[in-house]
Amino acid sequence: MGSAKDGVAHWWAQRVSAVALIPLTLWFFFSLLMLPDLEFATVKTWLGLPISGFLAVLLVAVLFYHSYLGTIVIVEDYVHAVGVKLLGLLALRFLYVLAGGAAVFAILRVAFGS
Amino acid sequence: MPPRARPLSPHLRIYRWQIGNTLSILHRITGAVLALGLLVLSYWLISLAGGAAPYAAAMRVLASPLGLIALMGWTFAFLFHLLNGIRHLLWDAGVGFERTQRHLSGWVAVLGALGLTACVWGLLWSGTHP
Repeated sequence: MGSAKDGVAHWWAQRVSAVALIPLTLWFFFSLLMLPDLEFATVKTWLGLPISGFLAVLLVAVLFYHSYLGTIVIVEDYVHAVGVKLLGLLALRFLYVLAGGAAVFAILRVAFGS
Repeated sequence: MPPRARPLSPHLRIYRWQIGNTLSILHRITGAVLALGLLVLSYWLISLAGGAAPYAAAMRVLASPLGLIALMGWTFAFLFHLLNGIRHLLWDAGVGFERTQRHLSGWVAVLGALGLTACVWGLLWSGTHP
């Protein structure tokens, strides 16, 4: 736990995911802005396209990973009590896997039908 | 030896506010704000998978006054974190360390994010989306 143990790997992972997120996030926002409207049918048809679903799964995976890496550093920096820090880090990990997993599952459900 | 009043450098209550440390802190704040936004992104995607009625309910929440203010905040947070993140990546590559370059790129990140946020929402308001 912390920079003394795996700081270099964390540093690299944060930057590699940051680079990947530049095209992925821009694709996502431009795609939404280019849609004629944000009605249910329009968005579902767009996300149902194989290329959209594939890129959206990549986006969510890398986005949640990058955000997780950043958030644990905030907890490590400002929470000093060891027990609370450990609990906080574990809770964050659970929350990220839960919300990220649900988001990926939702995209797959749109892609492959219910 | 008489004690001398020396500044304890990066100590928050002594450190002078300037663009460098302000943007560094803003990078972390926008990152934390965007992390909260991931919950909303998940909710939106789940509502889309859930069908027309859950999706319409989610869009009503997002299109409410509070929802729109939050979305504008997230737009700025995303654009600033993106631009300032590119600034950090360039530093990691050894580019742009000179004082004038640092200050210029910092202002480009803040003002660029503000300007682009205004552009995006101006575009949305001008009629493409409700």
